[in-house]
Order: sequence, then structure tokens, then C-alpha cells
Amino acid sequence: MVDQSYYDKADEIIGEHGAVPSALIPIIQDIQNEYRYLPPELLVYVAGKIGVTEAKAYSVATFYENFSFEPKGKYVIKVCDGTACHVRKSTAILERLYTELGVSKEKPTTDDMLFTLETVSCLGACGLAPVLTVNDKVYPAMTPDAASELIRELREA
Amino acid sequence: MQKIDSREKLDEIMQTEGDKVKNSKCRILICAGTGCLAGGSGDIYNKMCELIDSDPNVEVCFGPEIAHGDGPAEVRKSGCHGFCEMGPLMRIEPMGILYTKVSVDDCEAIYERTIKKGDVIRHLLYKQNQIEYQRQEDIPFYKKQTRLVLENCGHIDAEHIEDSIAHGGYQALAKVLNEMTPEEVINEIYDSNLRGRGGGGFQTGYKWKQVARQPEKIRYVVCNGDEGDPGAFMDRSIMEGDPHKMIEGMAIAAYAVGAQEGYIYVRAEYPLAISRLKKAIADATECGLLGDNIMGTDFSFRLHINRGAGAFVCGEGSALTASIEGNRGMPRVKPPRTVEQGLFEKPTVLNNVETYANVPMIINKGANWYKTIGPENSPGTKAFALTGSVKNTGLIEVPMGTTLREVIFDIGGGIKGDGEFKAVQIGGPSGGCLITPHLDVSLDFDSLKKMGAMIGSGGLVVMDKNTCMVEVARFFMNFTQNESCGKCVPCREGTKRMLEILERIVQGKGELEDLDMLEELAQTITETALCGLGKSAALPVMSTLKLFRDEYVEHVVDKKCASHTCSALKKFVISAELCKGCSKCARNCPVGAISGKIKEPFTIDNSVCIKCGACESNCAFGAIHIES
Repeated sequence: MVDQSYYDKADEIIGEHGAVPSALIPIIQDIQNEYRYLPPELLVYVAGKIGVTEAKAYSVATFYENFSFEPKGKYVIKVCDGTACHVRKSTAILERLYTELGVSKEKPTTDDMLFTLETVSCLGACGLAPVLTVNDKVYPAMTPDAASELIRELREA
Repeated sequence: MQKIDSREKLDEIMQTEGDKVKNSKCRILICAGTGCLAGGSGDIYNKMCELIDSDPNVEVCFGPEIAHGDGPAEVRKSGCHGFCEMGPLMRIEPMGILYTKVSVDDCEAIYERTIKKGDVIRHLLYKQNQIEYQRQEDIPFYKKQTRLVLENCGHIDAEHIEDSIAHGGYQALAKVLNEMTPEEVINEIYDSNLRGRGGGGFQTGYKWKQVARQPEKIRYVVCNGDEGDPGAFMDRSIMEGDPHKMIEGMAIAAYAVGAQEGYIYVRAEYPLAISRLKKAIADATECGLLGDNIMGTDFSFRLHINRGAGAFVCGEGSALTASIEGNRGMPRVKPPRTVEQGLFEKPTVLNNVETYANVPMIINKGANWYKTIGPENSPGTKAFALTGSVKNTGLIEVPMGTTLREVIFDIGGGIKGDGEFKAVQIGGPSGGCLITPHLDVSLDFDSLKKMGAMIGSGGLVVMDKNTCMVEVARFFMNFTQNESCGKCVPCREGTKRMLEILERIVQGKGELEDLDMLEELAQTITETALCGLGKSAALPVMSTLKLFRDEYVEHVVDKKCASHTCSALKKFVISAELCKGCSKCARNCPVGAISGKIKEPFTIDNSVCIKCGACESNCAFGAIHIES
């Protein structure tokens, strides 16, 4: 639930960027960084504070892939499916993780809110392909088995 | 850091900092690019700092100032060396030793033997064809390159502005502010024929000229760091490894066109680049190289960073400026062009990271010098991200006009596993493929255009015979379709239809008429889409269809994929001679497609098989293979 502390945090972030319409994206990025998702209530709140319509704020938040209205897991795993990773067989890693975590493209987060599995077009770490990241930490030269092992380690952590 | 309020002050700091670098007997540069950090270079850095701090009486004469504390040697985090495959990398100066695949366990030995005694640890050296290379500069990967834009990447500490200044940083800015009029700066860049490194190859000086002559006096300078092409990371390496170089280039552009505000738009997938740039901007502002009255002149320039939010289309100029303004990143109809009405509807210079990073050296050394590098119509160098099935993956920089053969075989060391070269994909989702007959074509803007490909931002993905070109085309179309912003119909609907056809073909459900339909759709989208993303969306399909039509026909008519990539077209068979009838495969099969009697050869029912390959990878006798 979104309590008063969320609104206070939003005020603080708005204060950092200035209450102007052009600050919409940086503000909601910082809110998402804070809570690992964008609570819809806060989007409405921010829109009112910086002088853009709710519709406009919603259109922006839904346009960009990075914003999520759904809470994400503690570990956000991004499997790179850029060209270099793709030709070094990243699909097999992704499929293993889907099975291992019991998630899908439509339902990317595990029920225990521990993992969210996403793909990303390129992390720019092509020399180490195939790669994945867990909360922005890069894991190089992955294999399906190494990915399974990583999940086991994270579960125990 | 002292305030730099004049050119003389900058020179003084360059002198003192440069002396420190020269006088330090030992500098240890640990690569802290995204690649090496992933390999654990952060821990290596900490370990080396710890070792050097632990022993203040070490008998080596070290530099007077130390980056991390009061120890006797300098340990510094550098930007990307480009040799990512061999990471984590450690360079030890002044000997120029490059240690590869360093681990924390090696640190003690490096400290005891190399730092204290000057011994070389041979097993950490790079080896190729039984030759050990002690000095970084002698390694074939580096020897064949011309590193100008990347000259400091890997050799300076990207997080210390002093190190950048010691290596000549901000000298070009000092020169334009003190010696040149804005017109002279524009003319110099115009004369150099510098062309935009982001893909289009538009003349940079001409762009600046157009902005400078607009009646509107508020202008902006914007840097496109939204390097979204999968398989490209040149700009990331510059932002991480030498951020001051591109900041200096932007400041020079701002002076030339009379702008006071600038924006750098960086994709959110590059967190390290964002944090390095933030630090670089804060440091430069603090010491008076950005902000108000730069170096004591009346020129002021403030720089901001905007993080992308995961939309590839924002690499397109008008979409990028829309995103900075806080809108959906959708391209608009042109004209008016960005140079007339760009960011906040003001005249805007929009160039990419690598283009700005070229600017300081053109100012320092002159347009005539610049034109001596590379062919007449595409002067200068180009950074490429060399990836895929090649031995030495990494970041390289070569003069324009270098051939693919030199890049892939001399610098890249050839095909991984000494396999056969099949194709190289250049220019990402907007680019095309080049094959063996193209190996000796000059890599420059105009020659590639004639081949139906483009330099794009510089991603080179090498493919061998294990790559299915139809799958590659499907992969790119899937990417473009995902990233289509949906504004114009040809791109939104057309890419979707093309993707559906390609998916059918890799599923083995394609028909010959599909190939004609693909061509027709490709032509329509190319001619009618609104922006660059749509106009070039069909290029990977058109290029593969032209060069590898046989492969398409094989998928459609024979229902076969020679590279065994398209799983729907795989047919697993059990060799009756090799099968011992152990039943392991039948027990592993998730759909019960395998049956047989114990101790007799088993068989696979291909109408039930889901081509998962579990039988093949688990067979102890190697009896299961894909039928070719």
C-alpha cells in the first residue's frame, strides 16, 4: 500500500528536479528506482504537482519500456538478447530461467516477489556475451547451467 | 582541485599533473569498464590498493601523488581498453605491460614480483600463435589499430579530471576561447569534413553552420548517447573511459553556435556511463571548465544529463529531443529540421558521442591533419564494436577505409574455433550483411551504402556457419517491431506483417510467395515510413534475402535449417548402430516421444517431438544427432 511516506518521498524527488513539466521523466525514474516500480498513485500525484495532465503522464509512463506499474521482485534479472548475445545462444539461457523460475513473458515476477525476469536488447557488454544482469551487476559468459546455479545462490542469499 | 580561471592556469595544471605521471615510476591501471568490472576488476583494484598501502617502505620510487590515499604507488581505475574478451585487464606503466585475465589471487604475485622487482609474470601475458606479448602496444589486436578518439581509454583514470588535463584535456577548448572566433571554429570543423558517427554520416560542420545562422538566439547543444543498436558499445566506452573528451567537444560546439545549455541523453542500460559522466560534469563545473565564465572568459555553458527510459526510437533526433522535453519519444514530420527547431523548439546541434569526441583533436591539430587520415570523403577514424564469432572481441578503432578483412582477420584474429567466415552484420537493426566477396571493400560511409549496408553506429557482428541468416533477419525484425513507436502505419503494421512471415518461415510453415511478399512490404515500408527507424527497418531482411536467398528457399521448400538453429526444423534421429537401448533418452523425454525395447535401438516419433534436445545432450553413447 502507498502510505504518506511515499508522497513525502515523491515531494523530495520533485524538489530535486524542479516542479516543471520537462522534469516528468527524471522524477518518475527516481521514484521507480526507489520502489522498484512506479506506484500509479504517485504518477497521478506527480502529474498534479508539475502541471501536466494525468493523461499525459500516463501516456509517457506507458510509452517507455523501463516503467512498470507492477511491483518487481527483489532481484531483477535481465537477460541480454542483443545481437552478439543472441548469436552466442542467449535464448537457451532465457528458456532455462523461465523454467527454473516458473515465470513467463506475460507474468515475469515470481509469486514470492523474489525474482523478475526480463530481456534487454543490448547491455553493451558484447565482448562477454552472453551476459545477464542482476540488479545491474553484470554476469559474463553465461550458460544455462551457470544461470541455474546463480538462481540457487540468490535464493540462499 | 584548484579553480582554473585562465588558459595559463590550465597549462600550469597540465604541466604539474603531467610531471606527476611522468615521474611516477609505476602506475597500475586496472580496467574498470563494464566488461572488466563484470569479471571482478573492482575486487582486483581494492586488493592492489590494500597491498600497496600495507607496505610504505617498498623500495620503488613512486609518483608523488596517489589516487587512493598515501601509499607509494599509483593504482588507478581506467576506462575500457577494448580487449574485453581478455579481461580483467591490468596495465603497468611505464613498462607498458598488459596482464590479461587477472584474478584477485594474482595480485600478490604481481605486487611482489612485477611492482617490486620488475619481473614479468608470463602466464598473465597475452599469447597468440605461441607468441607471448609483453607490451600492450605489440599485441596484434592493438598494433593494427589507430587509436585517436580512444587514445586515452584505458590509459587514464576516467574519474579524475586531473588525469584528463595531464593528457591534454581541455586544451582545444582553451584554444578556441582564446584564439578563435565562433566562425573560425565552425569553418575548421567544416573543412575537416568530419561526418556524424551516429550512422547518418551527415557533415558535422554543415550542421553547426545551419544552427549558427538561425535568427533565434537561444540554441542548444545535445549529445546523443542513446546507443541502442544491439551489438554496439563504442559510445559507452568513450563515456566510461574518457568522458572529458566528449564534454570538451560539446563545449566547443556550444561556443561555435552560441549555445549556453547542453544536454547529454544516455540510455538507462548504461548506469556506469551515467555515473562517470555525472562525476565528470561536476568536476569540470567545480574547477571552472564548465558553468559560468569558463576559464575566465565570458563564455558560459551548463551541461545536463538525461537518462533514457528504454525506447530505442529515442536515438532518432526528434524523438530524442521530445524525450528530453518530458514527452513520449516519438519522431515528428520534418521539416522543420532539428537545426531549425530542435529541443524546446530552438535551433539545436545534435551529434553523437563519438562525433563530439573527434572535435578536440581537429581543433588541436587542424583540419588539414585530420584529412590525411582515411579516404577523402570519409576522413578520420571509426570505432567499431567487434563481436560475435571472432577470436578477439572488443572495441577497436581504425582509419575509415580499412577493409573488413583487416578488421576481422588481422585485428580480430579470425573466426572463433578457426571456423569458416559466413557474414558480418554491420549497422545493427538498420544495417545489412556483408559476405566473403565484400571482405576487401573499404569501410567508409559511401562504399558501404553502395553495398546495401551502412556503417551505422559501428556494430560489427561476425557470423560463422553456425548462424542461420533467416533467423538473424527474424531477430532484427522482432527487435524493430518491438521498438516501433506506433506513430506511422507503414512501420507499425508493416514490420508486424514482416515479422509474422519470418516467424512462419523459421517454423517451417513458409511458402515461396512469402518471399515476394517480404520484398514488397520491405519496399513499401522503406519508401513511406516517417523516420529513420522505419525507413531502415527492412534492411536486414532485404540484405539477407539478396545474399542468402538459398537459405530462405531451403527453409521454405525443404523445411530444413542447415545451421541447425531453427528448432522447429530440427529432426532428431537415433542411430541404430550406436544405440545400446539403455532407455535413458525415453525417460528424459518430456513428451514421451521416444520408445523402444531395452537393449534394442530406440526410435523417436517426430510428430510428437518438441525438439528440446534433452535426448541428444544426455545420451552417453552419442547415438542421437540432428539429421542434416
